[in-house]
Amino acid sequence: MGDVATRTVVEIQGVSKIFAASGQGARPVEALVGIDLSVAAGEFISLIGPSGCGKSTLLRIVGDLTAPTSGTVKVNGKPAPQARRDRDYGMVFQAPILFDWRSVQGNVELPLEINGTAKAERARRAAELLALVELSDFAHHYPWQLSGGMQQRAAIARALVLDPAILLMDEPFGALDEMTRERMNMELLKIWDRTQTTVLFVTHSIAEAVFLSTRVVVMSARPGRIAAVVDIDLPRVRTVETRETEAYFHFVTVVREALRGDEGGQQPGSTDARRVAAEGLSG
Amino acid sequence: MAADIAAPRPSDGAWRRRLRPIVGFLSVLVILLITWEAVKAIGGERWQVDSLLGTGIAIDWQPPFQFAFATDVKLPHTWVIALEFGAADANGMTTLQRLIGAALFTLRNAAIGFTLGSLLGLGLAILLVHVRLLERSLVPIIVASQTIPIIAIAPLIVIGLKADWFGVAIVATYLTFFPVTIAALRGLRAYDPRALELMRSYAASRGAILRKLRLPASRPYLFTGFRIAAPAAVVGAIVGELPSLIQDGLARQIITGMQYYSLNAAFLWAAIVMSAVLGIGVYVLVVGVESWILRHERRVDAMGA
Amino acid sequence: MTSVAPPAQPGKRRGDGMRVRIRDWGPPVILLTAFLVVWEIFVQAFHVKQFILPGPIAIAVAWQTYLPELLDAAGYTVLEIIGGMIIGATAGIAIGAITARYRSMQDSLMPFAVAASSVPILAFAPLFNNWFGLDNQLSKAMIAAALCFFPVMINTVRGLTNVDPAAVELLRSIAASETQVFRKLRVPNSLPYVFTALRLAATLATIGAVVGEYFAAPRASLGQYIATYSAFLNFERSWAAIVFACAIGIGLYVLVSITEWLAMPWARSKREWS
Repeated sequence: MGDVATRTVVEIQGVSKIFAASGQGARPVEALVGIDLSVAAGEFISLIGPSGCGKSTLLRIVGDLTAPTSGTVKVNGKPAPQARRDRDYGMVFQAPILFDWRSVQGNVELPLEINGTAKAERARRAAELLALVELSDFAHHYPWQLSGGMQQRAAIARALVLDPAILLMDEPFGALDEMTRERMNMELLKIWDRTQTTVLFVTHSIAEAVFLSTRVVVMSARPGRIAAVVDIDLPRVRTVETRETEAYFHFVTVVREALRGDEGGQQPGSTDARRVAAEGLSG
Repeated sequence: MAADIAAPRPSDGAWRRRLRPIVGFLSVLVILLITWEAVKAIGGERWQVDSLLGTGIAIDWQPPFQFAFATDVKLPHTWVIALEFGAADANGMTTLQRLIGAALFTLRNAAIGFTLGSLLGLGLAILLVHVRLLERSLVPIIVASQTIPIIAIAPLIVIGLKADWFGVAIVATYLTFFPVTIAALRGLRAYDPRALELMRSYAASRGAILRKLRLPASRPYLFTGFRIAAPAAVVGAIVGELPSLIQDGLARQIITGMQYYSLNAAFLWAAIVMSAVLGIGVYVLVVGVESWILRHERRVDAMGA
Repeated sequence: MTSVAPPAQPGKRRGDGMRVRIRDWGPPVILLTAFLVVWEIFVQAFHVKQFILPGPIAIAVAWQTYLPELLDAAGYTVLEIIGGMIIGATAGIAIGAITARYRSMQDSLMPFAVAASSVPILAFAPLFNNWFGLDNQLSKAMIAAALCFFPVMINTVRGLTNVDPAAVELLRSIAASETQVFRKLRVPNSLPYVFTALRLAATLATIGAVVGEYFAAPRASLGQYIATYSAFLNFERSWAAIVFACAIGIGLYVLVSITEWLAMPWARSKREWS
């Protein structure tokens, strides 16, 4: 772990987001307060927390889709707006948002068109990514002809086509059923393994967060802040069997307790989480 | 994301939202009037006004250019048209009174037709929704008939039916019937299918399902249909009166205005303004009723694909 | 979106092919034929005088007998209809596109356009005659254009602005310019809306031209033909002319539908018989 130079891809410092009060007597909403987070290259970070904890807001701030009220966000050493203009981001939302009037291949080529890539190169690159997500046979189909899981795969291919520095995913598998979701998790890990992209992943599912990530950031609500950061010390290559190992269940428990921790009114910091992890391992 | 944003309070934005279309409409109208006079100032005939609207302001202005369409006959000054409303004829009746009388006559026929057409349209839609075979036969015909210039038939119907107010009402009925039927067909099917299953599980009768589920769900769509049908009924009424010998409606006023245009251009304009007010008026009326009845519902797009 | 089902067979609708055609067209055609038959029987059985209600056969006969002059009149009118559609639709799309671009314009113009579309624009027919000349086709074409303009403009604005906000965000996340968002998202999104309006415009242009001619036009035009022979109580001739007008309206409608089918290839397998 110490040999590889770990470049910091995302540097979040002191970020807060306050939504102004609207209407009579309403107070401003502190969606995020005092967020500090560093993400190294090649990491898979999950953001998990109850509704209203600001995880999606944080993702959007990192992606420069909304500005923080205070604090800084640096992506690849640049401020977030500059990173967006340089097209360093790939985004995947809960809905695939594929354009009906384009084939699957046309959808994957869209960022390349925006970027001004030449036609032949576009086709080549799109084919490359469709092969990566195993949708090559459906390149000329239209989105509605694909199942939900396949549409999300196409959306992931599109997000990766510009070789972004960071992949931002906002509950991409939330609309899928559990079995498809688990399958998609495996596919995502395979893709991640091949592309070595840095990933910031928002989810509601503890199982998913633990299965996919190298680190899980547990957030609490009102105001939104980081409650705990859990290092997931599972092998880098994960399989279906991983879900049945003791270590996996252990980390799921750690994350669950970290989530529960702030429900009782406590404010567990990262030290508590690490302590829980240590106790678990020895027990 | 939505959970992070505080929900806006409804009371504050509501008035501003409702005022915006009205303000928008009025501002465009004002701009139109200003452009009108500006065109006349640039290329119309000489402005010679002793006292503008009685204010004592005198204007004497010779425009630099001469546009053929901006003469005082082709494009009368806006205040001339406005004043025309107050001009009294031989019997002491002002133009405004005459036009309002004519408009009310036309409106009455249009309203009768609209009511009949709406009831018929809704009734037919209810029937079609319950009898699938009829629906498969009739709906394509109804859709195809939208391509027929029905208004063009209006005069025939009026003449054929001995040319009085009844014929005009029939025309208005016909013009209302089609949009309302199509809208009702969409609306009667717009309920949540799970709600239907729920009612079936209570062994609800067809009538109960109709009353408690289909009809309430269809209201937004019905009003979309009414928005189209109401002005159409008015237009149909006017056009239906055209070649007939009916004396009491707006069409006769328009024809009179046409005949005496060189003598009194403003009168035709006044008649047209009254027709426009009538058309917009019924539309606004429908929108008003709709926003009161549907005050708790989401809006349905009027002209969606 | 939540389906686990395997992807649908590309391009195949349920029951594709001839069978569906007959099943779709059969009932309405039968009903229409039955209606015509009943109408004819009614007219014959009750000896209804032709100046009250001519039977379909009488109309068909009149159609054949007077075909040359009907074609003449139709030829005059059809130019107005097509010209009006082109003018009105082009202006509608152009103004609609500009309006969609600027939010402030939308807020003021849209309510005006919606209200204006309920104005009996036909009431302006005499004025247009005055401005553009009683005896020429331009005045009627302008009436047709005025009728087409508002629905096309309103629908163009709706089509260009009714896009999924998430799609706009997606494009923003890859730093697409406003022009790119317009070309790659808004324009394709608006096509169904615009074609819906164009189909309506075909009907409206026909009405505008024909009814415009009711007010004033040369004898050899459909509108005057209808009005004149109605005044003479020669109803089977006026109905024959009306059938002609309907045919033109339907023909244009079909033309627009064909253009739509060509312009939106992705919709072909998605479309349902409506």
